[in-house]
Amino acid sequence: MTEPRPDRRATRPVVTGIGVTAPNGLGTHAYWQATLDGKSGLGRITRFDATRYPVRVAGEVTEFDDTEHVPSRLAVQTDHWSHLGLAAADMALHDAGVKPGDLPEYEMAVVTASSSGGTEFGQREIEKLWSQGPQYVGVYQSIAWFYAATTGQISIRYGMRGPCGVICAEQAGGLDVMAQARRLLRQDATIVVTGGTDASLCPYGLVAQIATGMLSPRDDPERAYLPFDTDACGYVPGEGGAMLIMEEETAARARGARPYGAIAGYGATFDPRPEPGRQPRSNLGRAITLALREAGVTPGDVDVVFADAHGTPGHDLAEAHAIATVFGPYGVPVTAPKTMTGRLYAGGAALDVATALLSVRDGVIPPTVGVRAADPACELDLVRATPRDGPVRNALVLARGHGGFNAALLVTAP
Amino acid sequence: MTTFTLDDMRRIMGGCAGVPESLDLADDIGEIPFTDLGYDSLAVLEMAARIQQELGVRIPDDAVDEMKTPQAAVDYVNRRLAA
Amino acid sequence: MSQTGTRTAPRRHTRTRPARTATRRTRNQRRVVITGLGVTAPGGIGTPAFWDLISAGRTATRTISLFDATGFRSQIAAECDFDPAARGLSPQEARRMDRAAQLGVVSAREALTDSGLTTTIPPERLGVSIGSAVGCTMGLEEEYVVLSDGGRTWLVDPAYGVPQLYGYMVPSTIATEVAWAGGAEGPVALISTGCTAGLDAVGHGYQLVKEGSADAVLAGATDAPISPITVACFDAIKATSPSNDDPAHASRPFDLDRNGFVLGEGSAVMVLEERQAALRRGARIHAEIVGFASRSNAYHMTGLKPDGREMAEAIRAALGQARLDPGDIDYINAHGSGTRQNDRHETAAFKDALGHHAYQAPVSSIKSMIGHSLGAIGSIEIAACVLAITHNLVPPTANLHTADPECDLDYVPLTAREQPVDVVLSVGSGFGGFQTAMLLARDPGDTGRGGHHD
Repeated sequence: MTEPRPDRRATRPVVTGIGVTAPNGLGTHAYWQATLDGKSGLGRITRFDATRYPVRVAGEVTEFDDTEHVPSRLAVQTDHWSHLGLAAADMALHDAGVKPGDLPEYEMAVVTASSSGGTEFGQREIEKLWSQGPQYVGVYQSIAWFYAATTGQISIRYGMRGPCGVICAEQAGGLDVMAQARRLLRQDATIVVTGGTDASLCPYGLVAQIATGMLSPRDDPERAYLPFDTDACGYVPGEGGAMLIMEEETAARARGARPYGAIAGYGATFDPRPEPGRQPRSNLGRAITLALREAGVTPGDVDVVFADAHGTPGHDLAEAHAIATVFGPYGVPVTAPKTMTGRLYAGGAALDVATALLSVRDGVIPPTVGVRAADPACELDLVRATPRDGPVRNALVLARGHGGFNAALLVTAP
Repeated sequence: MTTFTLDDMRRIMGGCAGVPESLDLADDIGEIPFTDLGYDSLAVLEMAARIQQELGVRIPDDAVDEMKTPQAAVDYVNRRLAA
Repeated sequence: MSQTGTRTAPRRHTRTRPARTATRRTRNQRRVVITGLGVTAPGGIGTPAFWDLISAGRTATRTISLFDATGFRSQIAAECDFDPAARGLSPQEARRMDRAAQLGVVSAREALTDSGLTTTIPPERLGVSIGSAVGCTMGLEEEYVVLSDGGRTWLVDPAYGVPQLYGYMVPSTIATEVAWAGGAEGPVALISTGCTAGLDAVGHGYQLVKEGSADAVLAGATDAPISPITVACFDAIKATSPSNDDPAHASRPFDLDRNGFVLGEGSAVMVLEERQAALRRGARIHAEIVGFASRSNAYHMTGLKPDGREMAEAIRAALGQARLDPGDIDYINAHGSGTRQNDRHETAAFKDALGHHAYQAPVSSIKSMIGHSLGAIGSIEIAACVLAITHNLVPPTANLHTADPECDLDYVPLTAREQPVDVVLSVGSGFGGFQTAMLLARDPGDTGRGGHHD
């Protein structure tokens, strides 16, 4: 019964609902409007006093009130990261018009990505442990901090008893979960809540991110995160993400749902270990090729690439090279709306998929803000400053995860 | 001597375990089982831990099992405080 | 170690059972076999030591030595006597990896050596799927203590941030390290479904090979949770055993006198391979993965309903996938954590899914011997199942002297049982409500007579 049903191999998984909790907009409409307007959500960190940290700018979801968006009993037992995910999942289900109570319990699944779990909750509890003693650690540490908290709570909240999952691959995990959701739809799931959020903007979470040396040290939010720019100096971290409702197309249409688009192709690869004194070798290009091949499209069919846009020169160059190798120099419009949110890690890749679907829906490519002096070494047709109109049928989303993860996902018009 | 009141209990419940959507903590909730109020066993464990920390009374494992209602918790704590 | 790839005549045991393995699926479907095994577990590092321990029914639970647990409710655990240098980790590897990653990499290397796969697969066709419930918590906690100067400040000091700190915060680092150890450049993932992560990660790897995304996958799990914060969080919910005076007998699944689980650590990694490719290169096939399914109870993050309904559904789904009947199952490797609610939950699940056969199939929990290593244990248990098939021996449930009257199945108390083991069911249950079932079977090309003698 878990064997792929023959009739399902041919059908496309479609996205019928989107929920967004992003630094530049809470809710899909607000986020998409802000993104097309080039309105950034980057700013000085407010969740704690970051003045003496070498990184003081981030993308916070400042509009989000945890107690307003998550029921009180649930809020106390979950981290801010899960709050953002629970809120996004709820929005997505509403958007899709799904009433979980009406669907077969074992055919509903939840697969989310998390890069770093409940960091803020964890810091509060570990502080109690080390400053006061083990008996001061609260009961909810056992279920709030671990990476599976968001998936588990969404499953419980909506009675989704299908095969649930959690994938961690830093930023790339946000695409990997979509591939897993698709896999489940080809087996016996009818509907999957999938996507990701992250929120590690607490002191310990930020300090851990700073340790990579890849965060932008600039104080000016408009000049802090400039991927593919000659002035690139690292990335800005952010919080939030997106949840999507993925369904098998026939069933979705049968219930009258209006799909945003379909998940047409996916590829995942891993980079070999960088060796001292050697140029790192990237397998991102192969992930792109795999995704296109699976979708049965040629590079010329792709209307836009949502770049991983790391914001550090070496990573940018590697990505630009991968894109140019597949599509030719300046061969495809490339954009990075994450310049308005910061890197949201697992949440960022999921949000890029949401953005790509909105791009397909409205036939417009959102801009990469802030980039003034595009690095000539990156031979990219970067969509800068203002949105670019034009039909968008196929949009490719790229994500790389710290440590060598590469993923590429192609969304296509419904 | 300190006594522990139902209002103290209400404050602890809301503070560490949240408030179920259908519940007004100010209502007459003393004799209603925690499970009916919308608090599970983890929530009651958390309340017990908070009480231990605030009042310095030790609440053994089996005593937590006996705290079926807010009033039962209040009564237990007061017995311990008086002892 | 003989390899049996050329043998073709399937052997069935004398007792009657439909010869399902041969006709299980059509020829064009890819089958997934286990060709390499690596285990790093409490009581003995390496697969032979692990099997010695659990087949002898010895326990590896003891007073915590990894930190001073005075003042904690539960002060016992099953620890690995693990020396990174002695296990082949270089000084740089030992420095940059958290203990969970170290345990995982050591197991991965053992599995690769066992499989002989190393030189025969293109890197892009090799994937990694590693499970972990709590990732690099130990490293995160050690660094937190320094950065916060012993918990003194919320605004932790970035000046003390070590370069590997971010790698501790993102658990995917463990998958990265395993991928590097194996030279994998195919799909790589860290699966983190709490205490079912070990089963789910192997299940994920199984699917990657089955669907053709990879020809081989290093699949398994690792966890190293014996650090103050994790011990304290299980203290808080009173899930772990407080039998501090008698650690060797503290893990008592299905026993009336059980009082919680005993935390453990460790890892197991397997080489999963597409069966035809494994046969072509003459690999020794330990076992085949024939079914994998998971369900969620959508009930409570830590609580379990006594009816075991969703675990039963996962078992039924796995059986359906494997096209096996309940009566085909020779051994059930239980989750058997040693909490009252778990033991009753899964006992009910076995009865629900397997009917009368639940009373006939031996059920055991190796957590009685090596504790509950959270996400890792599911993979370690799969390794135990593979070895049970290899040796035709069912490992026992240690410390089971007086069965809980509500747990009335055959839990193989105290001593291992020699019997034919061709098909094994392994289940897991974890926080978040996740329930997973996996079915393993002896490869049709394996006559099962000799077993292998390490």
